[in-house]
Amino acid sequence: MKIAVCVKQVPDSWAEKKMVNGILDRENVDAVLNDLDEYAVEEALRIAEAHGGNEEGGPHTVTVISMGPERATEAVRKALSMGANDAILVSDAKLAGADALATSAVLAAVIEKGGFDLVICGTESTDARMSVVPAMLAERLNVAQLTFASKVEVDPAAQKVSITRVTEAGVDEMNAGFPCVISVVEKINEPRYPSFKGIMAAKKKSIESRDLATVGVTVDSAWSLVADSSPRPPRAAGIKVSDDNSAAQMVSFLAEKKLI
Amino acid sequence: MSNVLILADFVSGKATKTNAELATAGARIGEVTAVVLAPAGKGAAMAAEINKGPVTKVVVVESDAFVNNGVAAVADVLAQIIATQSPAAVLIASHAFGKEVAARTAVKSGSGIITDAVDVSADVTATQLVFGGSTTVHSKVSHGTPIITVRPNSVDAQTAAATPAVETLSLQVSDASKKATVTSSQPPVQGGRPELTEANIVVSGGRGTNGDFSAVEGFADSLGAAVGASRAATDAGWYPHSYQVGQTGKTVSPQLYVACGISGAIQHRAGMQTSKTIVVINKDPEAPLFEIADFGVVGDLFAVLPKATEGVKAHKS
Repeated sequence: MKIAVCVKQVPDSWAEKKMVNGILDRENVDAVLNDLDEYAVEEALRIAEAHGGNEEGGPHTVTVISMGPERATEAVRKALSMGANDAILVSDAKLAGADALATSAVLAAVIEKGGFDLVICGTESTDARMSVVPAMLAERLNVAQLTFASKVEVDPAAQKVSITRVTEAGVDEMNAGFPCVISVVEKINEPRYPSFKGIMAAKKKSIESRDLATVGVTVDSAWSLVADSSPRPPRAAGIKVSDDNSAAQMVSFLAEKKLI
Repeated sequence: MSNVLILADFVSGKATKTNAELATAGARIGEVTAVVLAPAGKGAAMAAEINKGPVTKVVVVESDAFVNNGVAAVADVLAQIIATQSPAAVLIASHAFGKEVAARTAVKSGSGIITDAVDVSADVTATQLVFGGSTTVHSKVSHGTPIITVRPNSVDAQTAAATPAVETLSLQVSDASKKATVTSSQPPVQGGRPELTEANIVVSGGRGTNGDFSAVEGFADSLGAAVGASRAATDAGWYPHSYQVGQTGKTVSPQLYVACGISGAIQHRAGMQTSKTIVVINKDPEAPLFEIADFGVVGDLFAVLPKATEGVKAHKS
């Protein structure tokens, strides 16, 4: 199987994020591999390992695909140190401020050229939190969409994938044939820590750099525009009570606010 | 007058209250048509559920593919309706399914998309609260038909009774949209409590519960509230992961959020700080969540909650 994992470098979720000229300031914050993408990398490796592995010369490969500035190599390298085989990073000045439509167009073009059986993503990035790129990829690639998976079973011989989809609407069992786009929810697995050996090996692995011309797509970076953004006034702390009568005071407060 | 489409929102065949919220936002822009995508034979019954808020018309399409093939089939037909009706905007409920439908519809119709709007104005400007609610953003779609997902509970809904005209369209779901098959579906297990992201009141428990959610649940039930949990509580296995509120869990913005034994890491705040009123109960007077509490109680939740539960019951009786 050829497995692709889409990952994104995002501002550390502890970092204070700011808008500059209508887009997220990515330069002046610590950047990390999106937490939720680690589950996708782990799931890809587990699928490969369950069916003969992705060691060199093995039957399967796991390729990391990312779009972002050149510093996103750090996040890509982390995925490689977990055990992915190689990586493709698309960087282009024209992609600054790219939205989900542009991102999915670029990723889809790279995936299409690579001819992958499975494309695995996290459910969302912790910066934009839209949860739309996996569905857009399935649409653009004209392949099956198996998203919000809490369990993935792959039958390489039959070229079939079954998942358990978990959302607020309930639990669905779904299946589809190869190729397909899968997104995995947090807690589907326990992502491995890169071992020392893995970190050393990742330094020698190939990260192929592409720009928009080599990918072969032209995209508008964004199909929606921010008119303005402003920090919200911080919430001020209100009443604080600590005496024996606090439960009754709390109930009075709720009653005054007409919340009960 | 321009036309606005809303994708009617159903859970287990029942229309949700989000429909009136979508209609209210949509009516600022133009006349609202609700799109009801129903399994074969269920169209009339589901259309009849769209009976509140400023809805002028309901269009119904029936196909079992909406159940059997999920997101792809729904987006396929919605895009066909957009192509024939050229609406000024399309509004969809902002949950996992709604956002994925919006995503595919945007690609199909060559349109821009905005998700998680908390408001939409007459000129189709969407308001979003980003970066964990710390920043307000106004944006507009610049290409094609604006496809906007609106967070449940954000728009004050007009809920006057409505009797929209119902029209059935005969549209086909393409084979390309049938590549993934749903073989079984279980509705969410709710235990009689409202759905977390839709609830008017949410009571959440954290590390301070020490794994015992009975006091939190008791207080929630006295308020008719949903129960949530912090990541610390779900990671410890004390409460199911699907109830996690926070950056990597659900984002809620109820009328009232009660945090019990939750210190308030930035990741938790990201999921709840747009709540209208916040009440915090914590033994530790230094817990950071007190900084954003409208009402804070420094005390043991196991002492405070049972008394508060009795107080609420007494107030209601």
